[in-house]
Amino acid sequence: MMDIATLLVQCLNALQYGLLLFLVASGLTLIFGIMGVINLAHGSFYMIGAYMAFGLAPIVAATFGGGFFSTLLVGVVLAVLLGYLLEWMFFSFLYEREHLQQVLMTYGLILVFEELRSLLVGDDVHGVQAPPWLAGSIPLGELMTYPVYRLFISSVCVLLALGMWLVFTRTRLGMMIRAGSTNREMVQSLGVDIKFLYRIVFAAGVAIAVFAGMIAAPVSSVYPGMGNSVLIICFVVVVIGGIGSIRGALLAAVLIGFVDTFGNVLLPQAAGVLVYLLMALILLWKPDGLFRAG
Amino acid sequence: MKTRMFRLAAVGAALAAAVATTGASAAEGKLKVGLMLPATGTFAALGTAIENGFKLYVQEQGGKLGGREIEYVKVDDESSPPKATDNVNKLIKRDNVDVIVGTVHSGVAMAMAKAAKESGKLLIVPNAGADAVTGAMCAPNIFRSSFSNWQPGFAMGEAMAKRGHKTAVTITWKYAAGDESVRGFKEGFEKAGGKIVKDLTVPFPQVEFQALLTEIASIKPDAVYTFFAGGGAVKFVKDYAAAGLKASIPLYGAGFLTDGTLEAQGEAASGLITTLHYADSLANARDNAFRLAYAKEFKLQPDVYAVQGYDAAQILGIGLAATKGDPTKKAEFAAAVRKATIDSPRGAFSLSASHNPVQDIYLRQVVGDQNKVIGIASKELTDPGRGCRM
Repeated sequence: MMDIATLLVQCLNALQYGLLLFLVASGLTLIFGIMGVINLAHGSFYMIGAYMAFGLAPIVAATFGGGFFSTLLVGVVLAVLLGYLLEWMFFSFLYEREHLQQVLMTYGLILVFEELRSLLVGDDVHGVQAPPWLAGSIPLGELMTYPVYRLFISSVCVLLALGMWLVFTRTRLGMMIRAGSTNREMVQSLGVDIKFLYRIVFAAGVAIAVFAGMIAAPVSSVYPGMGNSVLIICFVVVVIGGIGSIRGALLAAVLIGFVDTFGNVLLPQAAGVLVYLLMALILLWKPDGLFRAG
Repeated sequence: MKTRMFRLAAVGAALAAAVATTGASAAEGKLKVGLMLPATGTFAALGTAIENGFKLYVQEQGGKLGGREIEYVKVDDESSPPKATDNVNKLIKRDNVDVIVGTVHSGVAMAMAKAAKESGKLLIVPNAGADAVTGAMCAPNIFRSSFSNWQPGFAMGEAMAKRGHKTAVTITWKYAAGDESVRGFKEGFEKAGGKIVKDLTVPFPQVEFQALLTEIASIKPDAVYTFFAGGGAVKFVKDYAAAGLKASIPLYGAGFLTDGTLEAQGEAASGLITTLHYADSLANARDNAFRLAYAKEFKLQPDVYAVQGYDAAQILGIGLAATKGDPTKKAEFAAAVRKATIDSPRGAFSLSASHNPVQDIYLRQVVGDQNKVIGIASKELTDPGRGCRM
C-alpha cells in the first residue's frame, strides 16, 4: 500500500491534473455552459492554441524579440479575432436552432480545422519548450522531482477561475451575460446590444480555449488529433459541474483529477471508466450537475 | 441566396470528384494495388511514408512488378477499426484490386486480415504489429513486411537482462499493441533471469502519466520498459525526465518511443535505449542507396515506415516474378516469397513459416537527433507465430 509521502504526492498530482482539466474546459463553460451552444469544435480551439505556441514563438521572437508572455499575448489577440469572426460567420445563426444542427456544424468545423492543420503544419509531433525561468524542478521525496512549470499551470488555473468567477458574479457585464442566457429578448428590449455581447462572450470562450492550449503545450506536446482527446473530458467537466457554473466546473475538474489519479493507481483495470461512472452517479443524485446556475 | 450558392458549390465538388475517380479507369493488363493506409488522423504521416516507400521501389523497377504495370487505388482508413471492414470491402468488391497493402493501425489490420482470409486476396501488411496477423489469423495469402509487437519486446527483455537489470516495471497503454509488446518483453526478460515487479497501464489514448510516475518512484525498480508511440511517446519521455526519474531509473522501450519523435522530445530523449528492426545509422550500402534515393524523390528523410513500405513492394515483386505476374497463383507466390531473401535497407531478412520477418533487432541509443545502432539485441529473431496453422 501507499505510504504517507506517496499519498501526498499523489494528492498533488490529482489536484494539479484537476486544475489543468479546468483550464482546458473553461472555454467550454462559456460557450456551452453559458451561451448554450453545443460546441464540438472546442477541442479544435485547444489544438489551435497548442499549435500557436509551437508556430508563433519563432515569429514573435523575430519581430518582438521573443518572450513567453508576448507569444501568449499575440496568440490570445489572434484567438479573439478568430472567435469574433467565427461567431459572425457561423455561430450567430445557431442560437435559435436545434442542438442537432449545432452538433453538425461544429463537427464540420473539427474536420476543417484538422485538415487546415495538416496542410499548414503537417502531421508530425512537435514539442514546445517551457520558458527557461520556469523550466526547473523541485525535489520531492528521494527519487522524484516536480516540474516548476506544472505548478505554474496550476496557479494560472486558479487565477483564471477566480477571474472568470468575479466577472460573472460581481460585474455589470457578467450580470448582462447571465441575464442574456436566461432571456435573450427581454435583455434586448432593455436596450442591451445582445448580439454584440454574445459575440464578445464567444470570442472570449475561444480565446480562453486557445490560451489553455498555449499554456498546456509544453506539458502536453503538440500533435494531430490532440483536440479530440480532450473534448469528451471537457464536456464531462461542464456537465458534472452544472451547466453555466464556473464554481461547479472547477469543483468537477478537481473531483475528476482525484478519481482519475487514484483510479489509475488503485484500480487500473477500471481506470478508463471511473470518470464516466462518477458522472453517472452525480447525475443520478443531482440531474442538473453540482451547481446549476440561474 | 446564400444556401443556393452553397448548394451549387456542393454539386460542383461532387461532379469534380466523380470525374476524378472515373478518369483513372482500369486498363487491361495492369495490376491493381489497393493501398489502404491512413491519410488523415494521428497516423497520417506514417501512411505517407509507407506509400512513398512502396512507390519508390516500384519506380526503381520501371513501374512494373512481375512484368505488369502497377496501378494504385487508394482508400483512407482513418485508423478507424469500426470503418475497417467497409473500407477493405471497397477495395475488394468495388475496385476489384489484385493486391491489398495496409495498414498502420493494428485493429484495422485485423479486419483486413479477416477480409483477406475470406476473399483469398493477397494482403501485405507494411506496419501493424498485431501478433495475430501472423499468428492465429495467419493465411497463405497474408504477409508482413514490418514486425510483430512481440519482436522488439522480446529482444529488449534479453538486452536489459544482459545489461544487468534484475527487476523491471512495465508501463504502456491498455490496448492490444501495448499488451503484446509487454508480453514479449516479459518472456525475454524472465527467460534471462529478470523479474517484473509490476505492470502499469494507462487507458488508451490518455496521456496523463503523473500518478504512475509517482508509483514507479515508490517501487524503485532497476529499470522501466515502456511501449508508447506518437504524441503519447513524446509526452511520456518528457514527463519521465521532468519527474527526475531518468537519472535514477533507466528507461527502455520498443523503438517507437523515439522514432519520428526526437525533435519534439528534445533533451529528454537523449541517451534512451530502444529496440527496433531499423535505425538511423546502419551504414550498409543498401541502406545508404535507399536513403539517398528516397530523399531525392520526396525531399524527406526516410524512416522505418518508409522501409517497411519499400519492402512490402519487394515482397510483392518477388512473388509476382515467380508467378509471371499472376497474383491468384497463391501457392506458388507464397513458396517463392518463403524461399527468398529480401534485400532490405534494414539488412537482409526472410519470412518465417507464418510470413513474419525473421530479422535482426537492433539495440539503438538516442544521440542528438538520431537513433544510433549500438549493437544487435537479437540476431535473426523469429516470432513464435503462436496459434498459426496453415
